[in-house]
Amino acid sequence: MITETQIVQFDSVALDCGSTLSPVDVAYETYGELNTRRNNAILILHAFTGDAHAAGTDKINGVAGWWDSMIGPGKGFDTDKYFVICSNILGGCRGSSGPASINPETGCPYAMSFPPVTIPDMVRLQKMLVNHLGIERLLAVAGGSMGAMQALEWAVAYPDAVAASIPIAGTARHSPQQIAFNEVGRQAIMADVDWNEGDYYGKRPPARGLAVARMVGHITYMSDASMREKFGRRLRDRDQFEVESYLRYRGNQFVDRFDANSYIYITKAMDYFDLTAGRPSLSAAFDGVKSRFLVISFSSDWLYPSYQSLDVVRALRGRNCDVAYCDLPSTYGHDAFLVNVSEQTELVRGFLASTFRERS
Amino acid sequence: MSEAFVPKLLGRSDYAIIGAIVEPKARVLDLGCGEGELLAWLAENKRVDARGVEIEGSKVRQAISRGVSVFHSDIEDALADLPDQAFDYVILSQTLQESRAPLKVLREMLRVGRQAIVAFPNFGHWSVRLAHLFTGRAPKTKLFPHDWFDSPNIHFFTVDDFEGLVQLQHWTVEKRIFLQGARQVTLLPNLFAEVAVFLVRSS
Repeated sequence: MITETQIVQFDSVALDCGSTLSPVDVAYETYGELNTRRNNAILILHAFTGDAHAAGTDKINGVAGWWDSMIGPGKGFDTDKYFVICSNILGGCRGSSGPASINPETGCPYAMSFPPVTIPDMVRLQKMLVNHLGIERLLAVAGGSMGAMQALEWAVAYPDAVAASIPIAGTARHSPQQIAFNEVGRQAIMADVDWNEGDYYGKRPPARGLAVARMVGHITYMSDASMREKFGRRLRDRDQFEVESYLRYRGNQFVDRFDANSYIYITKAMDYFDLTAGRPSLSAAFDGVKSRFLVISFSSDWLYPSYQSLDVVRALRGRNCDVAYCDLPSTYGHDAFLVNVSEQTELVRGFLASTFRERS
Repeated sequence: MSEAFVPKLLGRSDYAIIGAIVEPKARVLDLGCGEGELLAWLAENKRVDARGVEIEGSKVRQAISRGVSVFHSDIEDALADLPDQAFDYVILSQTLQESRAPLKVLREMLRVGRQAIVAFPNFGHWSVRLAHLFTGRAPKTKLFPHDWFDSPNIHFFTVDDFEGLVQLQHWTVEKRIFLQGARQVTLLPNLFAEVAVFLVRSS
């Protein structure tokens, strides 16, 4: 499956902060065919540093999509049956509008003058894309990590536009521990002199700070067990632990494809996301939802621990919502949602098939 | 002894009884639903809104891949989340004898559901009585096939024990069906029933 990222431009999008972003770009890819009844569309929601290239092989650089193991012909999200969409989030740096985009009023990148964005803002823009593609109601929205937050937001914000929601390894709101790790990442970037208050475009970017932020991130995505298995105490180049060179490699690699200001904006959006905000309880957030849910967590995920998924499930059950929940055994930590493919395929395939049969 | 043959559903006579009791389009919760076979059957044949609870992860995966909405949890925790009268039927099949607090589970079932369907093996069956009498050991029979040291069953009770509890709690039995193999038993169920299926409501 050869794929190509496309970009659509909308006149404007209204943001939670009160301002309007105009114009606004959305980068997206689609796989499979939309059927004539337009009821087989699934929106895939990427995690923090993901992008629109979820599946297939990129036409230009030959890179495989970040969830290629789950999306494609005969896979969990079966593109022989379903029309699958994935877009880059608002505030990102992979084709959709974000801090690195050009502000039409100044002709320069927005940098830190880009308006603060929220998870609901991201979802609002996704809704515009979905409507633009001629789809009134999605069969499902699905995503891991920050994608799970968006999947929940979709079900709450647009109850009539989504038949099923699949939040994987996610939460209804960040814990102080999650906020703390994000803050370390942000401070690493901002402590880099090259960050220059966010004004580094066309100059030297804060590569060292961004790489350190990514190294911290990678530690939180793994588990004690998976790190022991993957690296042990093995040495490389005499006195370097393998885990050290791995983290440095991943950090440096990240700098080439990610914008430091986007890192700051998106982590803030995750930290502020809270489905209980302004409501008496999490259950109250689900008062008007009409979709069914498949919630998945992983036993070794300590960044988005199973209890956070369980909180969501319990709140949904408190409103007698149709929810399936499974805590999958895994040693891969938070990365499990990208690694434990066969179990997720099994769950997603059956859940989508029955949703399509009964609710589309 | 008047007898009626009960055809099996999914290989089980108690499932056939439960399948016959459940009204079409009802809201059904199956506690300890295993791989969701009964719920999938009810969803397909009775168009019910089917939900399950199962503690064993591999069974949960099977059930969800079958399209049944199952919650990965133990039964007591799972019931506590739910609002009152959320279901028309709450099913507990061959599991009451394994639960730590049977009365609490039954009360919760009747809070969450309009009616409870409870199927259980009858500890008063003559074969159990004889095994106990003649061997002097914890009975090991077709109905209770486990050795005492690795049995999942922790509460042993008979048809009459269950009837006694119903009376004590002022619940109402809507239906009671007794099975010996694939035959329905009407005479002396406490002695002759291997499996009992009760349809109970709270008053």
